[in-house]
Order: sequence, then C-alpha cells, then structure tokens
Amino acid sequence: MVKLKSCLKWLFVGLIVLFIYAPILLLTVYSFNETERITSWKGFSFDHYKYFFSFDHEPLPIVLQTLLLAVIVATLSTLLGTIGAIGIFYSKKRIRSTLSAVNQIPVINAEVVTAMSFLLLVVALHIDKNTFIPLILGQMVLCTPFVVLSVMPKLKQMDNNLYEAALDLGATPRKALFSVVIPQILPGIISGFLLAITLSLDDYVIAAYTKPNTFETISTHIYGLTKGKNVNEIKSSYWAFTSIVFLIIIIVVVSANIITYKKSRSKKQ
Amino acid sequence: MTTVKPHFSRKLLAIPYGLFLLLFVVIPLLIIIYYAFTDANGSFTLENLKDFFSGSGGKSFFQSATFKTIMLSLFISVASTLICLCIAYPVAYIIASSRLKNKFLLLLIFIVPMWVNFVLRVNALKELLDWIGLYMKSDGWNIFNTILGMVYDFLPFMILPIYTTIIKIDKSYLEAAKDLGATGARAFLKVTLPLSKAGIISGISMVFLPSMTNYVVSNWLTYSNVTIIGTFIENAFKNSLWNNGSVTALILLLLMFVITWLTGGFNTEAESGARGTSLW
Repeated sequence: MVKLKSCLKWLFVGLIVLFIYAPILLLTVYSFNETERITSWKGFSFDHYKYFFSFDHEPLPIVLQTLLLAVIVATLSTLLGTIGAIGIFYSKKRIRSTLSAVNQIPVINAEVVTAMSFLLLVVALHIDKNTFIPLILGQMVLCTPFVVLSVMPKLKQMDNNLYEAALDLGATPRKALFSVVIPQILPGIISGFLLAITLSLDDYVIAAYTKPNTFETISTHIYGLTKGKNVNEIKSSYWAFTSIVFLIIIIVVVSANIITYKKSRSKKQ
Repeated sequence: MTTVKPHFSRKLLAIPYGLFLLLFVVIPLLIIIYYAFTDANGSFTLENLKDFFSGSGGKSFFQSATFKTIMLSLFISVASTLICLCIAYPVAYIIASSRLKNKFLLLLIFIVPMWVNFVLRVNALKELLDWIGLYMKSDGWNIFNTILGMVYDFLPFMILPIYTTIIKIDKSYLEAAKDLGATGARAFLKVTLPLSKAGIISGISMVFLPSMTNYVVSNWLTYSNVTIIGTFIENAFKNSLWNNGSVTALILLLLMFVITWLTGGFNTEAESGARGTSLW
C-alpha cells in the first residue's frame, strides 16, 4: 500500500517532467531531420547544424550579438546593482524601505507595462533608438533589481564587525569596502550577474520595444519569423542551436551540482 | 554638520541606483498616467478612458470586445494560476519530503528548461501542439492551448518559492503533531500547509499577472486568434497609439499594485526575491 502510494507520487512527478521536456525533446529529434517540416521524418542529417554554424546565414551573427548585448547589460547591471545594494543596506530605514519597494516594481510589474512605460520616456526625451542606449538601459531596468535582490541577502548575512575592525586597523572606508565587504558578498554578486545574463538573453518584450530597427536579438528574430525568405531553414537551424544549448546546460548544471554536493558531503564527514 | 561618521561613504552609494530607479522606473510610470489623461495635443481629457470603457455601435461596455477580452484574460490567468498551483505544490512537496540525499538536483530538473530562450520554448510548444494535431483546431482549443502555454512557461516560478518554504519547515513540528496524535493528512493540513503559505502567495504573484499579459504565448500558440490584455498594449505600440496604450498599461499597473499590496510583496524586509535568489 505504501509502495503503491509512493509509486503514484513519482509517476505524477515523472509526468510533469515529461510535459516540461516534451517540446524541447521533439525539437531536438527533428533538428536532425533532413527536411524542415516537423510532421514528416525524411532521414537523419546534420544539415540544420551546418546551416546554423555558417556566418553566411542570419542565426549565428544574431546569437553572437545577443550574447554580447547580454554581457554588456549584465556587467552594467551588476555594477549598478551591487553598489546600489550596499548603499541601500547602509541607508536609514525609511530610505531603505522606499528604495527596496521601488526595486520590487520591475520585478512584479507585467513586462509589457515596464516596456511600454520605458518606451514612453524614450519617446518623450527624443532618444534615438539607433544609439542602443534605450535597449541597454531598458534591459538594465529589467535586470538590476534582480542583482540587488541577490546581493542583499549576502549583506544581511555578513558580519558587520569585520568592516569596523578593518577601519580600526587603519583601512580607509574605500579599502575596507573592497577588501572586506566585496569578497564576502561575492557569491551574491556572481549569482546576480548570471541571473542578469539569463534575463537579458530571455527578454523579448523590452528588446522589441527599444531596439534599433535593424538590430535583432534571438527572441525578436524568432518572433518575427512568420514570413520572408528561408523562414523554415532559419527556424530549424535555431532548433539545432537550442539542442546544443540544452545539452551544454544539462551537462554544466548537473556536474556543478554533483561537485558542490560531493564537496559539502566530504566537509561534513 | 555634526561629526563625520566613518561609514558615511557607504550610504552615498545608494545615490546612483536611487537616481536610476527614479528616472527609469518611477518617472516612466508617471508618464503613463500623464498619457492616459491627455490627448494627442497634450491637453487634459477623459476621452481615452471613455474610449476604453464604452461599447461601440450602441452596445454597452459589457457587450464590447474590450470587456470580452478582459474576461477572457481573467479566465486564462485564473485557470493558469490554479493549474500551476495544483501541479507545483505536489511536485514541490514530493521533492522536499523525499528521502533523497541530493534533492536540489531533482529540483534543478524543473528549472533547467528555463535557461532555453523563452521564445524558442514557446516555438517548441507550438511545434509539439502542431505535431499532435491540437494547433488551431477550434476556438476552444485555442484557449486551452494558451492556458497550456502559460502553465508550461510559468510552472517553475510556482515550484521554486513553494519548494523553498516547504524545505525550511522545521521537521520537529510535524513530529510533534504526530506525537500528539494527528494523522498524516491532519498534520499536513494543520502544519505544512499553513507554514508554506508564503511560498504559495509568492508563486501566485509570479504567475497571475504574466499569464494575463504575455501575448507572445497567446499569439504564437493560437496564430493570434486569442486576444488578451497584453495584446492591447502590443497593438497600441505597433500603431504608436500612446494615449490608448497608456490606459491599458495604467489599468494593469493598478492591478499590479493591488495584488502586491494584498500579498505584501512590497514588504521586502521579510521574504523577498523568491524568483531571483533561488534561481542560482
């Protein structure tokens, strides 16, 4: 009876996993299909992979420029967010709670509303979208609050006496900040940076509203793939790309988890 | 000017980000309010609101397409949130209470797909629906597919906060409940469920608003045949109808504030960043 219950439990979990993975697995299988149609299997081939890895075709440059954008946005967001989090943490209660509340707005707000309101500012100030400034600032609005949210808990966990001790021992506040505070909150800064990269790569709405007309990110490119030349080839080469990304993610995540798990176990023993 | 404290410089670090928030978060929201109440020439008007809340061709608001869209959005959003909750809670509970040593790896299985680009994921789901023959079958199936898409996309945002709260529950509470004679089901209802309320609320606030506004999902999975509130803003953006778009944005904004106020989401001192911090 107990066994049956636990079987049913894990069957349920398994079904949900299947639901989450089925679409991506289907694309992976069909990324090896000879034709672009998903409904018919014509034979095994690497055509879509070859198409993707050629600079003559659109997908690869777009993937690279999306990555570059994500790195720029994440770096700026991490700098701004880390400095901001430290500042907010040491501010008076009233300023701290006000800034923390405003920080929540882009996190909770519907992305379309964030994008629309930011676009209205761009329009009102007559900022040229071709300068990339609206795109970068817009994605920073999306990413920076999450950096603040991942740095903040590390500041709370930090032993504040260490900073005071550094000052007592003659360090300038700036030196104490860089050699005492920053190293202690580094895990939060790194996870904030990685989170900002993911958010920027994943973003469609803000990019669509603020990007220069001639610039495409992965999201806006695929979203616009409804008509035009080579639509099917481009789409299937993105499937090939997705399969590669997915494989890399699984390997990295699983091995990182196993390594940290083993480390924590050996520490305990 | 009184004495200069040694850590005065740290407070000043809040200034750049404070200005950033003011300029790029607060002021844009004020501009939305301004545009919602002005016409193309910039003079005050209530016409935009009237436009939104009036039916066309002698019909009342409650018979208008706008009202239908709002109701449909609410239905999709409530259904998606409930389905997410009904799936996420058991999954989070089963993982958290399992005897596995490396539970986090199991949780990661549910998070990994989130690292695949969002539009690519929606595209993948569309292909799957096409493959099994559910794509563009009928109006009813279109609505079903939209809900399915929302659940598919936002499920991890519901699982994560619930898992985080369940795993933190002190096991001795459950043991105490059982020692005092409570059955497993009763202990769950009286101990685990109330103690995981924060996670449920946080999950709901992560799923509810996006599944009302994420028009990428509804457009892709229904060949733009299902219109949700987010689509209004998309149309306003495409046609540069800033004033009309602002009315919709303002309504969504108010909704966001009400939901956040009800769920205590602005009280960041207590529990925050369920979405942000547990991802990595």
